[in-house]
Amino acid sequence: MAASEGQPFRDELVEAGILVPTGTEGLYGRSALYESVVDGVEQLAVTTAASERTLSYRFPPVMPRQVLEQTGYLSSFPDLIGTVSSFTGDDKDHKRLMEAVQSGHGWTDMLEDAGVSLCPAVCHPLYPTLRGSLPEGGRRYDVVGWCFRHEPSDDPARMQSFRQHDLVYVGDAVRATEHRDRWLQLGHDIFVELGLDVEIVVANDAFFGRVGRILASNQRSEALKYEIVTPINSSENPTAIASSNSHLDHFGQPFGIVTAEGEVAHSCCFGFGLDRITLALLRTHGLRVEDWPQATRERLWP
Amino acid sequence: MDEDIRKVLDEHGNLPVDVGTLQDEDDLYQAGLTSHASVNVMLALEDEFEIEFPEPMLRRSTFESVAAIRTAIGELTGSGSNSSGP
Repeated sequence: MAASEGQPFRDELVEAGILVPTGTEGLYGRSALYESVVDGVEQLAVTTAASERTLSYRFPPVMPRQVLEQTGYLSSFPDLIGTVSSFTGDDKDHKRLMEAVQSGHGWTDMLEDAGVSLCPAVCHPLYPTLRGSLPEGGRRYDVVGWCFRHEPSDDPARMQSFRQHDLVYVGDAVRATEHRDRWLQLGHDIFVELGLDVEIVVANDAFFGRVGRILASNQRSEALKYEIVTPINSSENPTAIASSNSHLDHFGQPFGIVTAEGEVAHSCCFGFGLDRITLALLRTHGLRVEDWPQATRERLWP
Repeated sequence: MDEDIRKVLDEHGNLPVDVGTLQDEDDLYQAGLTSHASVNVMLALEDEFEIEFPEPMLRRSTFESVAAIRTAIGELTGSGSNSSGP
């Protein structure tokens, strides 16, 4: 793999003991210092959402495999998914399995599908649980957890396993757009207060293949996705540290979620990329947290 | 060609309106063509006309109206963009 523009920063983080490489690109252990920044950012998001009567849920980092199909993720991002396989054989199969391991041959084709996939976006396990009618005015949710996307890279800002904190609205179309606009502003203001140089830009997801080109073009034309970007590896190609996604009825439709008025529900999600925000802070203010600006420290650890 | 385009839209566009009621220039997205349905239309047009839309054509505007689709297919098949009558 050719070195990415993020490799020098990765090397600094590893040398400082902030990230611990595992031997597979994009999978790291995190130090206590790193986690204290994640916790600070996380707490800021929770405090900001407190006035919105948000329901908080935490789902595991894996979800029923069919959710991948129902959300359209498999169709749009087949190259990013991960599914879980398990060993279900008997003693004889186990012997064959261990022989394959010892001989250095592949053994994963001896496993069976476990009916479980890794979670590609923390809000996805939420929607199947909402089937049915929403209360008047819709509902807001707060979901935090681990995501997996198969994008091995030496850029620390492109991890395979990372955390998101999502603020989700499910209800009518007008309130969904209001939720998007409000959280883009709230998120932007939080980052400015933390001393990050941020900008809100229209964006598109990296949909797969030729079909994905059209999906990306449509997403941009309709301004369904915004990102808040800041320089991590370069000023020319700033990195998204948060994004808002207007789903329209993309989840309301397949999961049978309807508003109190009986319309198919719209949804919108604002996601804080907790690992990328942490990396942006370390990049901007340096690897010694004790030297960070007083204002940033006070916001993160009041 | 228009008839075939309209047949593809009818079968794959999942439009909430009758394709027959749409004018050539009417905006299909305004008429209810969703992003995912436009992808199905694209794939079905490729099958129907035995073409492959090149990358620069893989964008929203290529599929925004019957007329736009006709122009795109005309460019790819060399049959011209005004092959249909008024």
